[in-house]
Amino acid sequence: MSVPLLQVNDLKKHFPVRGGLFGRRSGLVHAVDGVSFEVERGETLSLVGESGCGKSTVGRAILRLFDITAGQVVLDGQRIDDASPAGLRVMRRRVQVVFQDPFSSLNPRMRVRDILAEPIRNFGLAKSSADLEARVVALMDTVRLPRDALNRRPHEFSGGQRQRIGIARALAAEPDLIVCDEAVSALDVSVKAQIVNLLQDLQQQFGLALLFISHDLAIVEHMTHRVAVMYLGKIVEMAPRQQIFTAPGHPYTKALLSAVPVPEPGAIRNPIILKGDVPSPINPPSGCRFNTRCPFVFDRCRAEEPELRLAGDNQWVACHLETLPEASASAG
Amino acid sequence: MTVSSISTAALPPGLVIAPQLPDLLQPVKIRHGVSGFLRSHPTVAIGGALLLCLVLIAIFAPYLGTVDPTALAPAKRTRAPSADFWFGSDMLGRDIYSRVLYGARVSLTVGLSVAILASLAGLAIGLVSGFVRWADGILMRFIDGLMSIPPILLAVALMALTRGSVGNVILAITVAEIPRVTRLVRSVVLSLREQPYVDAAVASGTRTPMIIVRHILPNTLAPMLVQATYICASAMIVESILSFIGAGTPPTIPSWGNIMAEGRALWQVKPYIVFFPSAFLSVTVLAVNLLGDGLRDALDPRMAKSL
Repeated sequence: MSVPLLQVNDLKKHFPVRGGLFGRRSGLVHAVDGVSFEVERGETLSLVGESGCGKSTVGRAILRLFDITAGQVVLDGQRIDDASPAGLRVMRRRVQVVFQDPFSSLNPRMRVRDILAEPIRNFGLAKSSADLEARVVALMDTVRLPRDALNRRPHEFSGGQRQRIGIARALAAEPDLIVCDEAVSALDVSVKAQIVNLLQDLQQQFGLALLFISHDLAIVEHMTHRVAVMYLGKIVEMAPRQQIFTAPGHPYTKALLSAVPVPEPGAIRNPIILKGDVPSPINPPSGCRFNTRCPFVFDRCRAEEPELRLAGDNQWVACHLETLPEASASAG
Repeated sequence: MTVSSISTAALPPGLVIAPQLPDLLQPVKIRHGVSGFLRSHPTVAIGGALLLCLVLIAIFAPYLGTVDPTALAPAKRTRAPSADFWFGSDMLGRDIYSRVLYGARVSLTVGLSVAILASLAGLAIGLVSGFVRWADGILMRFIDGLMSIPPILLAVALMALTRGSVGNVILAITVAEIPRVTRLVRSVVLSLREQPYVDAAVASGTRTPMIIVRHILPNTLAPMLVQATYICASAMIVESILSFIGAGTPPTIPSWGNIMAEGRALWQVKPYIVFFPSAFLSVTVLAVNLLGDGLRDALDPRMAKSL
C-alpha cells in the first residue's frame, strides 16, 4: 500500500498562558495532546467534537499557521512541521483551507479576481497573464459563480457566495488536501447543503482529500468516509462512517450521537446527558480525559490513560471498556 | 394572475381591491462619484470646504489685501478695526489682518506636517511591534514612557533643547504625537493578523512583506487617516500654545500663538488683537475635526458604503 497523503503522528500543540507582571508563563493549554491519524488521497476524514476540543488547532497545525510543540505532520512522505521556508512553500500549495466565517475569510478591500489570483501568482502556476485570466475564470465556473462577479468586492456577495469564493481560492493552488475548518457551520441549511454538495463534487472531480472539521454530525454523516472523534485534545474514537453512526464504541461518541436531533416527531430517544462541563485543557484530568463525565467510569479510568486500540473492523477506540472481555466479545 | 384579472364579482360586499399599492418605500438612491460621496457625508463636505478656504487663504495671503505683516508703524499703534486696519493694529502698529493671514501658513504647515510625519513614523513603529514579537515589548514600554509625559510638556522640553524655528516645532510636536498613532496602528495590526483572510493568505504562500502590503496596510489606512486629522488639529493647538508661552515659533514669524501672546497684555482694553487669531484657530481646528468625524463615519467598513 502506498504512503497516505497526510500522516499526523502524535501531534501536540500547547499554548502558553501568560499572566502576571512580566508576562510569566503561568500555565499551558494542552490544546492538542498526542493526535495521530492518516488521510488517504481522495478521502474525507471528519474531525468532530465539541467547541474547544482542539479540532481547529489540528487543522491549523497541518496548515502550519504556527509551529507545533511535538509530533510530526507528514505530507506525501515529507515532513511539513520542520520544513525549511523554501520546502514549506512547495508543500503549502498542496494543502489549502476553507474557513468557517465567510465574512472575515475574504479581504474586504480586494476584488474577487485578485483574491483568486493571489495563490496562482504565489505558486507561479500561470505561464502568462492570459493563462492567469483563464484559470481565474475557470475557477468561477467550477464553483458555479457568474464570471462577471470577478470585478466585485466580497461585501457584494451573500454568505454562500462568499464561501464559494473561499473554496475557489483554495482550489486555485491546485491542492491535494483541503482543510475545511467548520466550512459550512456559519451558513443556513439550504446554502449549507449546496456547499456540501459542491465540496463533494469537487472531491470527485479533482480527487481531493478533505479534512472536514465540524461539530455538525448530520452534515458529517452525509459526506464523510471516516470520522475521528476528539475530546479535550485527543482522539477518542476513529472509524469508518458506518461504524461510528451505527455502532459507536466510545461512551463519548455515544453521547454525541444521542444528542443529534432526530427529525421525526415521536421518535424514541434515550439521550445520554453528560454531567458537568468539559474540564480545562490547562489541567486535563489524569487517566482517561473523559473520566469526569463518563457514565461508565471505573477505577482504572482515573489511573491509566487508555490508548487507541483496534476494537472492530478498522474501528479504533480509546476506552478501557473495550478491553474488558465481555465488551470485546460483543464488539468483535 | 394579476390584480386586474380577479373578478370583482367574487368579492364579498363592502370590499374593494386597491387599484395600486402605494410606494411605501422610497427606492434607495446610491450616489456615485465625489459629489455623491460629499452629499451623503455632509460633515466631510463642510469640514473639507472650510479647510480648503483656509488653505487657499494661506497660499494667497500676499494677494488678499495684506501688507508686510512685520512692517512696524509706531504712529498707528493699537488702532481699532477700520478700513485701514481690517482687524486693527497691534502695539507695534503691525496690521493684524495681514499677520493673521500669514499666521495661517504656520498653523497649517505645522498641522499638516505633523499629521503626515507622525502618521508615517507611527505606522512604521506600529507595524514592527505588531509583527515582530520580541520588539513589541521593548517598543511598547518606550511608547508607554513617552505617553506618560503630557504632549505639551514634552514639546516644551524638546523646544528647550533647540532653537525656535518652524521645523523644530514640527519635530517636537511630531515626537509628542507618535505614541498615539503607534498604539492605534499596533492594535489594528494585531486584530488584522488574526483575521482568517490573513491565515488563508499565509496558507496560499504569500510572504510576510506581501501580507503586510496587500492585507494589512490597506485595512489600516482608514483608521489612520481619521487619526491623522485629529493629530493635525491637536498639532495646530499645541503649536499655538508653544508660541503663546514663547517656546515655539520665533517672534519674528507671525503665528496665531505669537499674535495672541503679544496681545495678551492688552486683552482687557484691546480684545480684538487676541480675538481674530483665536477665532481663526478655532475655525481651523473645527474644520479639521469635522473632516475627521465625517471620514470616521464614511470609512467605517461595517457601513459598507463605497468610497
